[in-house]
Amino acid sequence: MSPRARTTRPPGVDLPDHPDRLWSPAEPKRAYDVVIVGGGGHGLATAYYLAKNHGITDVAVLERGWLAGGNMARNTTIIRSNYLWDESAGIYEHALKLWEGLEEDLGYPLLFSQRGVLNLAHSLQDVRDSVRRVNANRLNGVDAEWLTPEQVKEVCPIVDISPDVRYPVLGGTYQPRAGIAKHDYVAWGFAKAAADLGVDMIEHCEVTGLDVRDGRVTGVQTTRGPIAAGKVALAAAGHSSVVAGYAGVSLPLQSHPLQALVSELLEPVHPTVVMSNAVHVYVSQAHKGELVMGAGIDAANSYRQRGAFHVIERQMSAALELFPVFARAHVLRTWGGVVDVTPDASPIVGLTPVEDLYVNCGWGTGGFKATPGVGWCYAHTVATGEPHPLNAPFSLERFTTGKLVDEHGAAAVAH
Amino acid sequence: MLLIPCPWCGPRDEAEFHYGGQAHVAYPEDPAALSDEEWARYLFFRDNPKGLFAERWSHTAGCRRWFNAVRDTATNEIHAVYRVGEPRPVIA
Repeated sequence: MSPRARTTRPPGVDLPDHPDRLWSPAEPKRAYDVVIVGGGGHGLATAYYLAKNHGITDVAVLERGWLAGGNMARNTTIIRSNYLWDESAGIYEHALKLWEGLEEDLGYPLLFSQRGVLNLAHSLQDVRDSVRRVNANRLNGVDAEWLTPEQVKEVCPIVDISPDVRYPVLGGTYQPRAGIAKHDYVAWGFAKAAADLGVDMIEHCEVTGLDVRDGRVTGVQTTRGPIAAGKVALAAAGHSSVVAGYAGVSLPLQSHPLQALVSELLEPVHPTVVMSNAVHVYVSQAHKGELVMGAGIDAANSYRQRGAFHVIERQMSAALELFPVFARAHVLRTWGGVVDVTPDASPIVGLTPVEDLYVNCGWGTGGFKATPGVGWCYAHTVATGEPHPLNAPFSLERFTTGKLVDEHGAAAVAH
Repeated sequence: MLLIPCPWCGPRDEAEFHYGGQAHVAYPEDPAALSDEEWARYLFFRDNPKGLFAERWSHTAGCRRWFNAVRDTATNEIHAVYRVGEPRPVIA
């Protein structure tokens, strides 16, 4: 055994053990003040803030599978707020500020690690867009820096910054407060805290219909029987079109598979989060040691939680272009989730044409980072019947008024 | 990866194709006459069913022709392919 092996503890040894049961599974009651459709991160965070901020505890979270078994279990856990437009910076920065106090607030470890995010630029237009975004971020109170290739190398030594590659690194934006968190712990933390405040967690309960009378929603039909509701809050991510359709509400969404993958466990080699749009991939290293990578959606609409292998191949070649050191790492696992994408790559959070029916959807490939922020704002929307100022710009009406929040490309959004 | 039966070239890998979204969306006959809501509906709203979906594909790395397919988005099974201009086939 080498001296190094004797002194290095295996990755992950300091992580907490798998927890005991954190909440009691509830039997559905006949009626609730608020029914939340979808027990992912957003639904759970909404339930928590409904109880905590608004004192509304007669709440059920309905989940067709198990809690946080959809996109919450499948995302690449990147947290950042360096979006271009004011509206986006508002809600994502609100989320990031909540992340910074969330472990204490929930009384639960989330492995929230502010290791920073680098968004690389590979062309002169990339550079101009990136510098513009840094300036916009600073005006909005979001921490952001422009780094030269050498500075990129200092932050993340394994990035190849040699000028003789197909897409050389011309620099990058850096948000030091960005980072990652352990997605399962985030869900469990919210679920436990919400359950402690009296929220019912109802798993294996699929919503199969919405009861609408005189333009107002009055309850939900489920595989575990009908449940009356004062208000219904949709948080069904990839299945939002299906669920909203039960009330005759159509949404400007297209559902696509989004794939991700992890490598085998490796020694710590990657200290931050690196994203690149031109060489399309985003990479971080989980606490346990896996390299976690994702890229763009599969082109064709689908509700299957799997995608095509050529999309994985493309993202692996992008990763190798940026990180030649990955050449000998093995892919351990690939998977897919179903994401709901809007025409302007911004979410829809707010009211619907049906009274007392609210919608939170369209987060596409980037909903995880917003979890506490959208939970906060969506809870406000449901509790008061009016959008919170931070989600007001993300109304369904913007597609009619034309006041889009066009983050396609603008925000280093990786599609 | 999908195996897509191009009406001209036969079954080919998905990687040879470009996706075109929902089929049979006609450009409005008189766009200026539409209300904002109608225009929004044409511009931004497309069907997103979990089930049968009529969609456009282009065989970009093959014959380079557009065609339509009816695919089940819950299973990815392709039930029919047909040429542009032909009506959507009825799937039992």
